[in-house]
Amino acid sequence: MSKGLETLISIRNLKKWFPVRRGFFQAILSGEQQYIKAVDNISFDVRKGEIFGLAGESGCGKTTTGKTILRLLEPTGGKVYFEEQDVFSFGKRELKEYRKKAQIIYQDPYESLDPRMMIYNFVAEPLLIHKIGGLEERVADALERTELTPPEEFFHRFPHELSGGQRQRVAIARAMILNPEFIVADEPVSMLDASIRSSILELMFKLRDELGISYLYITHDLATARQVCDRLAIMYLGKIMEQASIDKLLANPLHPYTQALIAAVPVPDPTAEKSRAMIKGEVPSPIDLPKGCRFNTRCPYANDRCIKEEPELVEVDKDHYVACYFPLI
Amino acid sequence: MSLLDIQDLKTYFTTGRGTVKAVDGISLNLDEGDSLGLAGESGCGKTTTALSIMRLLPSNGQVLSGKILFKGIDLLEVEEEKFRRNYRWKQVSIIFQGAMNALNPVFRVGDQITQAIRIHEEITKDDAWSKVEELFSLVGINPKRARDYPHEFSGGMKQRAMIALALACNPAFVIADEPVTALDVIVQAQILELMRGLRQKLGLSMIMITHDLSVIADTCNKAAIMYAGRIVEQADIMTIFKHPRHPYSQGLLANYPSIKGEIKKFAPISGRPPNLISPPPGCRFHPRCPYADEVCKRERPKIVEVARGHYVACLKA
Repeated sequence: MSKGLETLISIRNLKKWFPVRRGFFQAILSGEQQYIKAVDNISFDVRKGEIFGLAGESGCGKTTTGKTILRLLEPTGGKVYFEEQDVFSFGKRELKEYRKKAQIIYQDPYESLDPRMMIYNFVAEPLLIHKIGGLEERVADALERTELTPPEEFFHRFPHELSGGQRQRVAIARAMILNPEFIVADEPVSMLDASIRSSILELMFKLRDELGISYLYITHDLATARQVCDRLAIMYLGKIMEQASIDKLLANPLHPYTQALIAAVPVPDPTAEKSRAMIKGEVPSPIDLPKGCRFNTRCPYANDRCIKEEPELVEVDKDHYVACYFPLI
Repeated sequence: MSLLDIQDLKTYFTTGRGTVKAVDGISLNLDEGDSLGLAGESGCGKTTTALSIMRLLPSNGQVLSGKILFKGIDLLEVEEEKFRRNYRWKQVSIIFQGAMNALNPVFRVGDQITQAIRIHEEITKDDAWSKVEELFSLVGINPKRARDYPHEFSGGMKQRAMIALALACNPAFVIADEPVTALDVIVQAQILELMRGLRQKLGLSMIMITHDLSVIADTCNKAAIMYAGRIVEQADIMTIFKHPRHPYSQGLLANYPSIKGEIKKFAPISGRPPNLISPPPGCRFHPRCPYADEVCKRERPKIVEVARGHYVACLKA
């Protein structure tokens, strides 16, 4: 593995707020514009050759984070540095260059592929956009690398002729064709069946090892995160609650939320402890965030301080960060 | 006597492209109080099995042969009217996959459930309402919330309401089709806890359909693994998870990710599930099986009891 400590991409105080749409009267009557604070001041680094996981329940802001980093969404605040360049200050031309280096794989290969585009055209499209020649050779190479062989057999097929796993390979081939350095993989296997899933993850691993690609791996599934990630950050309502190496985080979770998440995951072993719901209720609305720590409404340990002040993400152990006044040490 | 004993069930669908052999000769049994996990990948026939038991197949689906013995009576032989009156929802009930999104948005949740109860039982509206409130407290929803509309419910509450609906006519046996698939992990744990509790409290027997083996290890006492319209292995969960005999079960479990224990290396099963219009002859798993030989290509393996309560359909096991 070519995992260094060198940083590829730095996210600093990133914010993405979506304005809540209001009707005419509502706008007149209540003065203040409300926001959904999907991503609310988060910072982390992805190192070269690393698979950095971002996990959390639906609506915690993990996908928005991925899209904002790639500037598929414009940020509300904060900075992203890619190889020390400020991504949010990029003009049109620089952004186009950035898109060559930073790509995305989406969750649902049944929706992310254009049903009317032949595989060849779909995979070659980025080359056309960036005016790069040698199409046929490059497409064949990309398909081969994603184990769609022989590649010529796939050139003239349409997405509906392929299985879910094959479609996801096509999506990966397209993401790979410009030789990117960084890929946001947004739940790349959650729509796939178990027997297919591990072959896609294995492929991602192989591409990392062979080409040194770094990934931001977005997932809700801690069990697969454990198989692929080097480090993991746990998000809740737009904030990172805890971040550490995957082993540390799962073996020694310090945030009550992380602990609850881990306890809730069922284990494919009948002798293991049963899954437990340590916390009640569901995630509150992101429009009306709880004051203080945003987890305080569900936290079994919350007290006065947690209701008033919001804890910062601090390093409590080497490379282990937690945003909690009362970490479970 | 088993509570449910399915013998050689075949359910096919007629489509424009040909006949889909969705369930092709499966045998399955469960005793009273059992919670059987039915696992397999998408399209392997899990839901078709459930719909065959409930006799709710779509019009292009048909049970060709086999028996579904429930307390010794073949449900396939019961007249439709009698089945509707005495069995469906009253004795055998189902929590449909994704049904929590099928609640009608313009009616109160309670109204929708009382309506269902009153179709099956001759009781007044008020009695039906109190029944709903009773059911709601059973599944962990504040009974007052019965007067809410579906949009006022969270995902977890909607799923609890669907469980309440399935239990409305006091069935002894419930099929839960992917009951936690769309839910977040903490809500999933809450629902699984609820289902374990209900099974004990009401003495329910269950079939839990899922693609997630960890959910089965977590909530069931027996498991059956399906592949391409057939059951390849059935046993108690200890045997299935610790000593699987079928190469498909072994392959699935070998690379199944877990949050505990050793981190498993990727060991994908090569190939992909077959098309059920023209499935491979012999053992349907043979094109992907590392142990397959000439016999497997020709002969269909029968499901045999290799040890007490452990059934395997493999010529090499």
